Amino acid sequence: MTSTITPDTSATTVISVEEQQFNDLIEADSRIEPRDWMPEGYRKSLVRQISQHAHSEIIGMQPESNWITRAPSLKRKAILMAKVQDEAGHGLYLYSAAQTLGATRDDMTDALIAGKARYSSIFNYPTPSWADMGSIGWLVDGAAICNQVPLCRASYGPYGRAMVRICKEESFHQRQGFEILLELMAGTEEQRQMAQDSVNRWYWPALMMFGPPDDDSPNSAQSMAWKIKRHSNDELRQRFVNMLVPQAAVLGVTLPDPDLHFNDETQQWDLGVIDWTEFHEVLAGRGPNNAQRLQRRRDAHEEGEWVREAAAAYARKQPALTNEREMAAS
Amino acid sequence: MTTPGDSAAEIWPLWEVFVRSNRGLSHVHVGSLHAPDEILAVRNARDLYTRRSEGVSVWVVPAVAITTSDPDAKGAFFESPAGKNYRHASYYSKSEGVKHL
Repeated sequence: MTSTITPDTSATTVISVEEQQFNDLIEADSRIEPRDWMPEGYRKSLVRQISQHAHSEIIGMQPESNWITRAPSLKRKAILMAKVQDEAGHGLYLYSAAQTLGATRDDMTDALIAGKARYSSIFNYPTPSWADMGSIGWLVDGAAICNQVPLCRASYGPYGRAMVRICKEESFHQRQGFEILLELMAGTEEQRQMAQDSVNRWYWPALMMFGPPDDDSPNSAQSMAWKIKRHSNDELRQRFVNMLVPQAAVLGVTLPDPDLHFNDETQQWDLGVIDWTEFHEVLAGRGPNNAQRLQRRRDAHEEGEWVREAAAAYARKQPALTNEREMAAS
Repeated sequence: MTTPGDSAAEIWPLWEVFVRSNRGLSHVHVGSLHAPDEILAVRNARDLYTRRSEGVSVWVVPAVAITTSDPDAKGAFFESPAGKNYRHASYYSKSEGVKHL
């Protein structure tokens, strides 16, 4: 396509030179960078997706930090702290990516603590047992990786680059979770039950992380046309379940889906029906821990106000301090 | 021209972060962050971008201090090398088969 502006507007839409350039870059599977022209919808869609993703990382610190003080050994405690620190880092990479699109950190934070922005529904579930640290790593981070690996090729450069860094670190998260469950499954009967009970609670919510089924996913088609998203929700969910089944066998846990069976024709694992009512309830703020998660984030933000103020005050004083030092030295 | 991620609405300025992964290699751009001053920018860059021994040195540069070529003129601005394939070794094919060339 070389034509840019078509004089005859009766049949074709007028496309600006910039828009044509944008379309060509997307078509060529190239990347869009911050200073490039982009359609307003593309920008909005990215800000929504990237900021939701960032919020998920930040809220996602809570269910796990819950266990830092009660980790069963010093080693596990150190690992858990490293993991929670990673989640904070992931949130920051993503906020930075959203900021390149003109979103401000304050606006995003305000939207989150005011309850206006969404984050992954999975983090509204409680973590009552140590085994949940295993299930979160294996199932929740596993689902996240499945979702995020294709996002490394997202058409928006800063988002893709942030995802590359995140994916590298997520694989540690998934493995340490798997190992927690593996050790519990090699333990006492009580420990095995704790692991199985935890897998039972996290399995379905983890499958819901891929989002609503394809025929009920309003933003998907446009997102895929813009090459932000590369695979449909159902496709990724299927891929995830296919990977989980053999992993569950290694662990010796069962997956809580009586209808799960191998389909000889498609060579895939067919799953039972997902309870989407639960998904929509949790998204609407009526999950087990929504209020608590938001309250904690709000408190942390307000209690951190003096730190932000002190840092800003110190920065303002810097030129004067440098002058004083130089005067003293001369 | 405004810098992406830097706006009057952000309280802290934007810094671009460069990490040298090993002695003998260049510092490479790894991302950006907001921080009140250069000292905190370096510390935050360490925490954010080198949690797994990714670097032996970190640079932070205020994003406003970076001047870039005009993105809208990228075609024309980088046009000069086009058609000058004699600047590449692969242009000289007659010496093919001759060793150490």
